[in-house]
Amino acid sequence: MEHGSYADNSNATFSLTDEDHTLANAVRFSLNQDPRVSFCGYSIPHPSDNRVNIRVQTTGAPAREVLKDACQDLMMMCQHVRSTLDVAVADFKLRNPPKEDEDTDMK
Amino acid sequence: MAKKDQRMSETETEEEETEAESMSESESGSEEQKQESKGGGIDFIMSLPDVPRNVPPHVELQRTRVFANIDAPTHTDSIQYSGAFASVGLDNSFRLDQFRNNFRVEVIRFSDDGMDMEFDMIGIDPALANAFRRILIAEVPTMAIEKVFIANNTSLIQDEVLAHRLGLIPISVDPRLFEYAESNAPNERNTIVFKLHVQCAKHSEEEKGQSKKKKDEKKVPPRITVKAKDLKWLPKGSEFYLESEDSNSNSTSKSKTYTSFTCSQDSLPEFSNIKIGFKEPLDDINIARLGPGQEIELEAQAVKGVGKTHAKWSPVATAWYRMLPEVVLLEEIEDEDAETLKEKCPVGVFDIEDIANGRKRSTVARPRACTLCRECIRGGEEWEKRVSLRRVKDHFIFTIESTGALPPEVLFTEAVKILESKCERVISELS
Ligand code: SF4
Repeated sequence: MEHGSYADNSNATFSLTDEDHTLANAVRFSLNQDPRVSFCGYSIPHPSDNRVNIRVQTTGAPAREVLKDACQDLMMMCQHVRSTLDVAVADFKLRNPPKEDEDTDMK
Repeated sequence: MAKKDQRMSETETEEEETEAESMSESESGSEEQKQESKGGGIDFIMSLPDVPRNVPPHVELQRTRVFANIDAPTHTDSIQYSGAFASVGLDNSFRLDQFRNNFRVEVIRFSDDGMDMEFDMIGIDPALANAFRRILIAEVPTMAIEKVFIANNTSLIQDEVLAHRLGLIPISVDPRLFEYAESNAPNERNTIVFKLHVQCAKHSEEEKGQSKKKKDEKKVPPRITVKAKDLKWLPKGSEFYLESEDSNSNSTSKSKTYTSFTCSQDSLPEFSNIKIGFKEPLDDINIARLGPGQEIELEAQAVKGVGKTHAKWSPVATAWYRMLPEVVLLEEIEDEDAETLKEKCPVGVFDIEDIANGRKRSTVARPRACTLCRECIRGGEEWEKRVSLRRVKDHFIFTIESTGALPPEVLFTEAVKILESKCERVISELS
């Protein structure tokens, strides 16, 4: 859900349901590193509501697009983290083969 | 102008200080040499303090390290804002290629059973590392016992406590093979049914036929410890019949049970070569103790869920990270002082090496073991000046202890995937 004005789409608050600090803090991190963002922050209005509000103010670009890009960046980072971990674990297992093989067939 | 000059010279002196502080003294020395030798060239201009190629060293140090001082830590925040260094002409905005180049993972150890794992994540912001940790604890699904149908329980442990204990037993089964039950009826795709029927004999057999004399010799009465391995998987679903069906059992086909399985779970290809149950040593978890004549008969239904609903669904015993400690000796510590320093540290971070003429010198042998207890900088200001305790802000020592459903590296991968799907959800909702 987006709360913004029709005249000026560079400032908006996005209200995400069923999310918490996990996503909001990560998105804020990636928004902060976008040079188009002049302000961003998030709040959880009430701890028993499953909702976060993410505020985005930009220097001109539509806030909606900037937030989308931030999520996109986050996804790319996640993908890279995943592939890096897979390589590191495979490397480690190659160097230190497990003593018994019973655990490996779980995967 | 004068003010600016003053500031500049200040920066310079600070720079020198931090350079002296840093371990790599040889490096800073060679930099100075370069500066002298290539006077006048582009390198010289670039090396001037007001033409930054990079963030000035003292800022770089504050950007990348937390300083654990005697009273409180300083420079604890991570600098995220893209324009944080705009005043010195530097761009702090995010670049994926830069992240890709800097990010590293190093696996440190696996436990023997492969269920504990420690690895280093280097070059990532705490916002992301913490998101992974939070997801691991609260949002990676597992299977856990949710409903318990108790037919008989004459043991000392009350029904509700027994049900709670059953819920907390970790089940060694891949949760990805199952669907969330939500409001659907329990079927072979979303539920695992276990049966528990244990009974403790009133008297052991030989005792019954024994003469009175022998009975008098105090015999230990029979006792049974009910363990997780006594829970038996029912691949065909519940064996308890619904009561209402029993009473008017006329034309309705077979009487219904508490689950509506259309086929046996072990006939499904996914489950063909796995045994759902409790892996060693987790099958040795105590559920209850039974005295003579006591009995428990029940059926338990395990469903898929996440840790934020109830901790029983958390796939990890715990998952945590700490930043890499960095212990730096600011000056040479020799002889008795070296001995004192070695004595001070309770985890043995420091060591002593012999230098010429029978003299001894402190070295930092195991900085990773440092707990930042700050014992080494206690005992007077001189110690604060000798040792600098820091943490590397973007180096996380991540530990995952799995409860057995999935190995830790798979759990982590799942956690990262969940964060991705959260982002995807936001993107699709915005477009
Ligand atoms: S802070 Fe504590 S653990 Fe770390 S080096 Fe000093 S004495 Fe040792």
